[in-house]
Amino acid sequence: MTMTPAIKIEQVTKDFGALKALKGIDLSIEQGEFFALLGPNGAGKSTLINLLAGLLRPSSGKLSVMGYDVVSQYAQARQLLGVVPQELVFDPFFNVREMLRFQAGYFGRGPENDAWVDEVIESLGLTDKAHVNMRRLSGGMKRRALIAQALAHKPPVIVLDEPTAGVDVELRQTMWAFIQRLNREGHTIILTTHYLEEAEVLCSRVAMMKSGQIVALDTTANLLKHIPGKQLRVTMAPGSALPAGIAALVRHRDGDVYTFALNDVAQVADVMAELRQAQLTFTDMQLLEADLEDVFVDMVGRA
Amino acid sequence: MSTLISARMRGPWTLFKKELLRFWRVSFQTVAAPVMTALLYLLIFSHVLDKHVQVYDGVGYTAFLIPGLIMMSVLQNAFANSSSSLIQSKVMGSIIFVMLTPLSYLEFFLAFLAASIIRGLVVGLCIYLVAIIFIDLPIAHPGYILAFAFLGSALLGAFGIIAGIWADKFDQMAAFQNFIIMPLSFLSGVFYSIHSLPPVWQAVSHFNPFFYMIDGFRYGFFGQGDISPAVSLMVVGVSFLLLSWLALRMLKSGYKLRG
Repeated sequence: MTMTPAIKIEQVTKDFGALKALKGIDLSIEQGEFFALLGPNGAGKSTLINLLAGLLRPSSGKLSVMGYDVVSQYAQARQLLGVVPQELVFDPFFNVREMLRFQAGYFGRGPENDAWVDEVIESLGLTDKAHVNMRRLSGGMKRRALIAQALAHKPPVIVLDEPTAGVDVELRQTMWAFIQRLNREGHTIILTTHYLEEAEVLCSRVAMMKSGQIVALDTTANLLKHIPGKQLRVTMAPGSALPAGIAALVRHRDGDVYTFALNDVAQVADVMAELRQAQLTFTDMQLLEADLEDVFVDMVGRA
Repeated sequence: MSTLISARMRGPWTLFKKELLRFWRVSFQTVAAPVMTALLYLLIFSHVLDKHVQVYDGVGYTAFLIPGLIMMSVLQNAFANSSSSLIQSKVMGSIIFVMLTPLSYLEFFLAFLAASIIRGLVVGLCIYLVAIIFIDLPIAHPGYILAFAFLGSALLGAFGIIAGIWADKFDQMAAFQNFIIMPLSFLSGVFYSIHSLPPVWQAVSHFNPFFYMIDGFRYGFFGQGDISPAVSLMVVGVSFLLLSWLALRMLKSGYKLRG
């Protein structure tokens, strides 16, 4: 028997007047996945999340959470979904614990849920701030509270829209440890982030979006294979012009820093030989593995 | 209390409780201040006019004024509760915490409406309790007093929900308060009987729903009014149903809340 997908998106479009924010998205995310939704600003990631959350309505197509349509069965769908919004919003009238209990209450959870609320507070390092009014919290603490609010009703599907934007290293580590634990316990996690190294480390599958379309969808491992071999980053002496023989291998250039895409390590010797022959000097050299950022730049740049 | 609430009802109950706490946390601003304002009106107008004006036989001007001031405060505060909560949470973005939940548009409406009614009634009761320390105020028909206080605050609570959904900024909300609510309440017969007005303005007053709420509420105290309380009750009831229908339509369609 096949398991109901945590998220199913079928031929979804969203227009804002003349702007076509989403142009026919198809995506299925299985239960228990740790999934990344990547893309540059304006790619349509937040629009897609807002459609899932019911904050926007699709122009056409269908979206479901654990089999429940987000429009016609919105109550069941929202019951199963926790969304951490991108903007740092808060209610200034209440303290952290009150807000979390209210949030759980909106979902029909009562005092029996208080132990879970306390666990979320502790796991996100908010214990000292549980009785502090939301408006008195620092930016990082507000972000923690925002994440806690999305988890207050213990949803099986959790969407984190840029959860670590402007967040310090300590919070990132605390937060990811907790989110990874939830994922191990069976929660489905969907993440959008600009920190591609986070997606690479955490997520088993990645969708890359550009201009309202999915331009790549695969496991993280397969996407990394997309850029074969190694990369050689060489910092040249100022004003050096590369010989034509190796200029074709350049993937990126940032001032005097050149990144060469190599099929195998043996090609390093060829590059060095060409540079020596042209009597060019370099000040630094690094041999790198391709990462998700390279795949992202390649895919999004090409699409 | 929360253990007595079923899981189905806990969502709207929580929103109602949160809305109550929201105004109660700032009760100096939301309860004490309007009570103080009403008592200042009472002090000044009764001092200036009590010996010069008698609207109903056997009713002093100060006594006449009290029900009008109570009802005016009930209406203004019921409107302020739902409208200010919605505009604040929209401007600050915290409305998203409610929009992400399984609460239906009807539950959303009822929670905001009930909190508005409570605030209106609390403010009205406080003014009444302070006023009767100084003035002897009869109660002729308590049923009408309760009915008009309840329906009036519900009507303005629903209107506040409409205003809160429609307005995008505080400036627009201030326009609602100053150009609709204030004129309608000041020109509703709080300070006078409409029989003292020229015929044209008497006719115009009949198009002001606040007039019916004030007059019907006052009838409950003195057993006298400018118009039959049953007619007033019907006008207020129909107005409430119309505004509730409009508010529910806005919420159901997601107007300005869900794109």
